[in-house]
Amino acid sequence: MPDKLSPKPAVLELQSVDKSFGPIDVLHDISLKVQAGEVLCLLGDNGAGKSTLIKTLAGVYQPTRGKILMDGVETRLAGPRDASNRGIATVHQFGGTFPLMSIGRSFFVGVEPTKGWGPFKVFDRKKANEVAVKAVQDFGITRITDGERLVGGLSGGERQSLAIARAVYFGARVLILDEPTAALGVKQAAHVLRIVNEAKRRGLAVVFITHQVMHAMAVGDHFAVLIRGAIAADFRKGERTREEITDLMAGGETMSTLEASIEGYMATHDGHAPPAA
Amino acid sequence: MELIKAFLRRPAAASILSLIGVLAFYVVFGGVDLFKLAKAASWVNFAANLGIVAIPVGLLMIAGEMDISIGAMIPAGSITTAILSGYYGLPMWVGMAGALALGVLVGTVNGLLTVRTTVPSLIVTLGTLVGMQGIVLAAAVLLTGNASVTLAAPDWAKFVFGQLIGGSHQVIILWWLGLAAIFAFVLHKTRYGNWIFALGGDKVSARNAGIPTERLTITLFILSATAASFVGMCQAIQFNSAQVSGGMGYIFNAICCVVVGGVILTGGFGSVIGIFMGTITFAVVAQGIYFTQIDRNWSNLIIGAMLLIAVAMNESFRKLALSQVRRTAKKEA
Amino acid sequence: MTVLTTHKGGFGRLARRPEAGSFLGMIVVYIFFAALGGQNFVGSPGWSSWLNMAAEIGTIALPVGLLMIAGFLDISVGAVLPASSLTVAIISGHFELPLYLGVAGGLAVGLLVGFVNGFLVTRTTIPSLILTIGTMFGVMGLTLGLTILIAGSTGVFIVPDTLSHAIFGAALGGMFQIGIFWWLGFVALIYGMLHLSPWGNWVFALGGDKESARNAGIPTRALTIQLYMLSGFAAAFVGVTQVITFGSAQVAAGSSFIFNAIMCVVIGGVTLTGGAGSVIGIVFGTITFAIVNQGIFFSGLDPNFGSIIIGALLLTAVLSNDTFRAMALRYSARK
Repeated sequence: MPDKLSPKPAVLELQSVDKSFGPIDVLHDISLKVQAGEVLCLLGDNGAGKSTLIKTLAGVYQPTRGKILMDGVETRLAGPRDASNRGIATVHQFGGTFPLMSIGRSFFVGVEPTKGWGPFKVFDRKKANEVAVKAVQDFGITRITDGERLVGGLSGGERQSLAIARAVYFGARVLILDEPTAALGVKQAAHVLRIVNEAKRRGLAVVFITHQVMHAMAVGDHFAVLIRGAIAADFRKGERTREEITDLMAGGETMSTLEASIEGYMATHDGHAPPAA
Repeated sequence: MELIKAFLRRPAAASILSLIGVLAFYVVFGGVDLFKLAKAASWVNFAANLGIVAIPVGLLMIAGEMDISIGAMIPAGSITTAILSGYYGLPMWVGMAGALALGVLVGTVNGLLTVRTTVPSLIVTLGTLVGMQGIVLAAAVLLTGNASVTLAAPDWAKFVFGQLIGGSHQVIILWWLGLAAIFAFVLHKTRYGNWIFALGGDKVSARNAGIPTERLTITLFILSATAASFVGMCQAIQFNSAQVSGGMGYIFNAICCVVVGGVILTGGFGSVIGIFMGTITFAVVAQGIYFTQIDRNWSNLIIGAMLLIAVAMNESFRKLALSQVRRTAKKEA
Repeated sequence: MTVLTTHKGGFGRLARRPEAGSFLGMIVVYIFFAALGGQNFVGSPGWSSWLNMAAEIGTIALPVGLLMIAGFLDISVGAVLPASSLTVAIISGHFELPLYLGVAGGLAVGLLVGFVNGFLVTRTTIPSLILTIGTMFGVMGLTLGLTILIAGSTGVFIVPDTLSHAIFGAALGGMFQIGIFWWLGFVALIYGMLHLSPWGNWVFALGGDKESARNAGIPTRALTIQLYMLSGFAAAFVGVTQVITFGSAQVAAGSSFIFNAIMCVVIGGVTLTGGAGSVIGIVFGTITFAIVNQGIFFSGLDPNFGSIIIGALLLTAVLSNDTFRAMALRYSARK
């Protein structure tokens, strides 16, 4: 359902996106909007196409059909580097950080600050450490004070926080979080959720993939359910009750009803997905 | 079509295709007489000696580990047998037991170090390789004063381990066939075999499923070290002498046989038939060149090319197999 | 306000560095052999013998170590060495072209093999261990085949001019080979590349997590090819110095070469799984290996015990390295 509440174009939007790998169709007719300052929770079972969708949003895959728009302008993401240059940052479940590296080095991987000139450009370790520590402390993680510490010595929540702080520092406008709290305990998950809210407060658009109902409800403004590569439900916070959402995510009756209706529609409509409820 | 696809999914597929490819190459470019090749013993002898070692090395790789100490265990086995039964004149069975016991000992050390420490098995067995080289040479020189030791084995030993059938084929070939059959049975038909695949697929899950992973790993290391010293023992009996050197070539050759045979380096996949066929393919490449008009100095080049092509084929077939599974799952969904 | 601490934790800091373990090992081993070997070992004969060995194996150990940090193996170095020696010998000895052409040819062979290795590793899913075993066989075969084809024998001779001999093959005081200075030069260069430049950070990233590295925009394919060309070049360089020093080249390749290089690297604290290691550590590991290898001859012990000591040393080194690394990680967590 098109969102008539915000007049500004969505930061990132997919319009009728299909993705196929040869004869295998993974995504059907995906239309999604991600707004600045909002969290979109992406729910779905394994095999529903979540990871393909994330990779399409992140520029790893190009859509087979359909459009990607940024700020209302049609865009083509040439690859992950292009996507990240445009401000789309992805944080993976296991941090995607380098456990045996120091915080400073890990923070600046690929874009290391240098001093010196010509062929003798040296990695500016001091600056990297200072900036990395400051960035993560600005997000409220005050326990990290030494940029020389190895990333592997941080807790899971701290590593996620580091990755998010890094994305924000490098000017991300869209933050895609792939199951960030799945491997964390209660306290650490709370840390990460606080940071997600902070990122939201700073005006980022967040795509949050999760299985955890409580976490989704703690941060989500907008929910989309992915079934068999199609958006089965798309609603804002408050439009569905907590029980209905839990039921959906738990794959209960609502889920199987939706599944059946989708399959029925697809069978009679040439494989096209029904418009999202 | 389905039959072909099913064939390609088997780990042995690439090795069989490689064998056909190599034979075709030798026939077309080398003018090989296939009949003569089939009757020849040189490559079969080569295959048997290498094959007995390759199978347990392959099992270890399926389980996710590596053993390069076999390069020192082969001469260790032959020297031990020769020193005990040749130099010191002890009864033959003492020499044999000694060689095998040494294999068990070294295998246990390899296994214990691998499971009890965080040291990767490649490094552990590199350490035992170097260590055993020193021990074998030191023992030979200190005890006998020579780097090679002679042995005159009694008739029964020669009959079982060292004779030439038909004057050309070493009896170790029969040992190879027998051991291959046993290993194939264990790996593919018993639960122990399943344990090996599980261990290589995901060690933690295997342990959680109740599989005694530590004992299994140590057993596999014992098998490979003992197999290597067994081959050394047979060689000492066959040739009436033992040398301290000569095992290093087996390391990369065995890895080649295993990998051509469809075993994945990261573990969890492979078959004994594949390793068997890989060994035959390797032997045909390495020895078959003598039956061609191609200059034998190019043999290593052909081995290298064959290895890369076979492994590339393995990778493609495996991807085919995995995508097949996904496609069938989607269809059934 | 940002609270930034810079720990001048002195000794504690040093102990947690990855090189600490290999430094300790080196000292222990030196003291052991100094005690056994007496005057000769502690004096020039001893120093020159292990420094010479360290220079030879060390030049190759450096890029092999870089590759391991990046998560790859290169087994083919053992075959590239004789290949480059023979290339020099055939071009300048057999065909009697000027020596600089021969040297260029030898180095080019190393670069070419490195390129092929890197290209195949990045374009196929074949693991680097298997792939470089394949290229090892290939290079061995090509070397033997071409040498016999062109020169008709397995050994080729050259007579290097005095300048080349001075650059590559001289021996100061008759004992210290000039290769030592080349090695130290390489050490400084590789140190700068790995620890000071952004490129080095990319190498650690590649070994730490290839996917994340690629997503961070690092050109992982080009980087891998560069690393393999570096190891090919280093092996070729050693081959060139050898042929100029000894005036001849042989076909025989040693598979023990790569194992020795791996040992130096691993004793020096580089993890087999990649993502961690240091040039200083590799240097310490190389020296440790060389001291044991050569020191045994000064000690009066049976030389075969050297192998046993190296084997035990390897295992001890890896275990202690793991301990030091765990300490480093634990320290971080304690805060």
